[in-house]
Amino acid sequence: MAEDLVSTLADLKEKEALGIVQDRLSAGDDPLSILDDARRAVEIVGKRFADSEYFIPDLVYSGEILKEVTDMVKPKLAKAAEVKRVGKVIIGTVAGDIHDIGKDIVVFMLDVNGFEVYDLGVDVPAQKFVDKIKESGAPIVGLSGFLALAFDSMKETVEAMKAAGLRDKVKVMIGGGQMSEEIKKYTGADAYGKDAMAGVTLAKKWVSA
Amino acid sequence: MEKKWEEMSSDEKQEALFQRWISPEGVKFVSPEAEKVYKERTTRIKDAIQLKKKPDRVPVLLIPSFAPAYYSGLTPHDVMYNYDKINAAWKKFSLDFQADSHGGAAVPSPGKFLEILDFKLYKWPGHGVSPETTYQCIEGEYMKADEYDILIHNPLYFFYYIWPSRVFGALEPIQTLPHLSCLTEMYGVAVPFFPYGTPPVQAAYKALLEAGDEALKWIQVVGGFDQEMPALGFPAHQAGPTKAPFDVIGDTLRGTKGIMMDMYRQPDKLIQAMETLTPMFIQLGVDAAKRVGNPLIFMPLHKGADGFLSDEQYKKFYWPTLRRVIMGLVDEGCVPFIWAEGGYNTRLEVIRDLPKGKTAWLFDQTDMAKAKKALDGIACVAGNMPMDLLTVGTTQDATAHTKRLIDICGKDGGYIMANGAFFDEVRWENLKAIVDTVKEYGVYK
Repeated sequence: MAEDLVSTLADLKEKEALGIVQDRLSAGDDPLSILDDARRAVEIVGKRFADSEYFIPDLVYSGEILKEVTDMVKPKLAKAAEVKRVGKVIIGTVAGDIHDIGKDIVVFMLDVNGFEVYDLGVDVPAQKFVDKIKESGAPIVGLSGFLALAFDSMKETVEAMKAAGLRDKVKVMIGGGQMSEEIKKYTGADAYGKDAMAGVTLAKKWVSA
Repeated sequence: MEKKWEEMSSDEKQEALFQRWISPEGVKFVSPEAEKVYKERTTRIKDAIQLKKKPDRVPVLLIPSFAPAYYSGLTPHDVMYNYDKINAAWKKFSLDFQADSHGGAAVPSPGKFLEILDFKLYKWPGHGVSPETTYQCIEGEYMKADEYDILIHNPLYFFYYIWPSRVFGALEPIQTLPHLSCLTEMYGVAVPFFPYGTPPVQAAYKALLEAGDEALKWIQVVGGFDQEMPALGFPAHQAGPTKAPFDVIGDTLRGTKGIMMDMYRQPDKLIQAMETLTPMFIQLGVDAAKRVGNPLIFMPLHKGADGFLSDEQYKKFYWPTLRRVIMGLVDEGCVPFIWAEGGYNTRLEVIRDLPKGKTAWLFDQTDMAKAKKALDGIACVAGNMPMDLLTVGTTQDATAHTKRLIDICGKDGGYIMANGAFFDEVRWENLKAIVDTVKEYGVYK
């Protein structure tokens, strides 16, 4: 039955997947193992996304199903599920920009790939990134932006890290609408990620380095 | 005797609209030179689009967001709240850069109007974003998942009462208003009107009247710009906008996430709703073209870009109704000027299914060599001047990229130089370099 949940969820069969979860809960199955299967399924979704077999709607939909599964399972959990985390990433849309769709997808992909993600939201001032780096010790920062005004906000954010003496402690990646390798150079970031999977690949590379 | 409109073929309609654009009625050119330049510019753009003959040179368009405000040292807040500052700034921008067209001065929506109605769909300068920042849309489900039937069966009621009551705080009370379809007999004729007597509805209508006053003040200003620019030799590169039905729903009705859920949970309703919207959005463009006397109808495309949908999803959900809107416009002589925002590399094969010389495709981040190859002999391609180059590139980079684009796309006509995305503050010398390079390097011999 475990494989059933993994494959039905990975195939985005919402009703079937939720039915299996209900059956397993009724049968007294361990809620943690159900959650674990659901996460494995979403990992498969992520792989299919990386292989261009799935696209953004599929990713968003899988996230929605995962949320429904979590909501069903949560009341049965004795304690919060502990997931093994491979590393910490701070992420946010930079000052002046309130766009969040791209950022949310990256957050989701990092999360299902085992990262502990500190999502600072949108229109995030440079200082807030600096404070969070100090507080969390996260070695990776993702700066998101859709508008061209984000070019300067990103540059200022990287400079604020420098001024706080943190620049050599973190790797910085940028992404979003009009970002490019040229803008990476302009902002002083370490890398530009073309899409959500590129962000995950960069983060994985950096935590294992 | 002249043929009646309804007797004309779509080719004849397109030609008639182009002629109205090239020889506009009632425009008093400021000089014979202005008139000459105006006709050269409109003819140049027409030739690039129709693919019948090479224009005299590659046309160059600059399509800004708030750039003219920044260029004049003003903030977006300044021009959204002081309408008298708009025209001077937008005019200076056109006169200084001397591109082949103007795009109107309606980018700065009137701030006071937005305040009166408590607009919730966007944050704007001084309201959620800083005065120096452009306005930005707030994603949300302004139409709920279970409201498709209203949109499908009663679209006007939806757009008159439901949607406005969600996006304008001051109009929230109007969602309680009944529609007036029961007014066919004397008996009960007053019943649906009693809500109009209640204080909340009356307050909503009072706000609406005030907002109307403000909108009128504003449109008299920006409308004046549209009158003045042709007289100075600058044609408008659009009569008005319309949209792809998928984007209408995905942008500001159901939102990005909402429409993506609907693709799975209620695909038939989604498709039916897009079919309902199709004739409405054809009409929107056709009315504007006929009213203004300009065939160019601007169509910004959003959620069908590379990565947003799979090929299969694009073909099932996005393209069918987009194509019908395009063809509905084409049949009435319009030229859809389609702005494919983001990347469109994976859609090029699909969009080839269009008649020759009836559309122009402006690309943002698409590989232009591929785009030109795919649309060669089908449609004019345009755009691709990248935002990073405009913003942080050198003048040499801008010049080199302009030449490269002309080499790749402009060989036998069928190319219009333009920016790839709306722009605000950029390196002005780069804009100048692009226009000047086109005028020198883009001449057809």
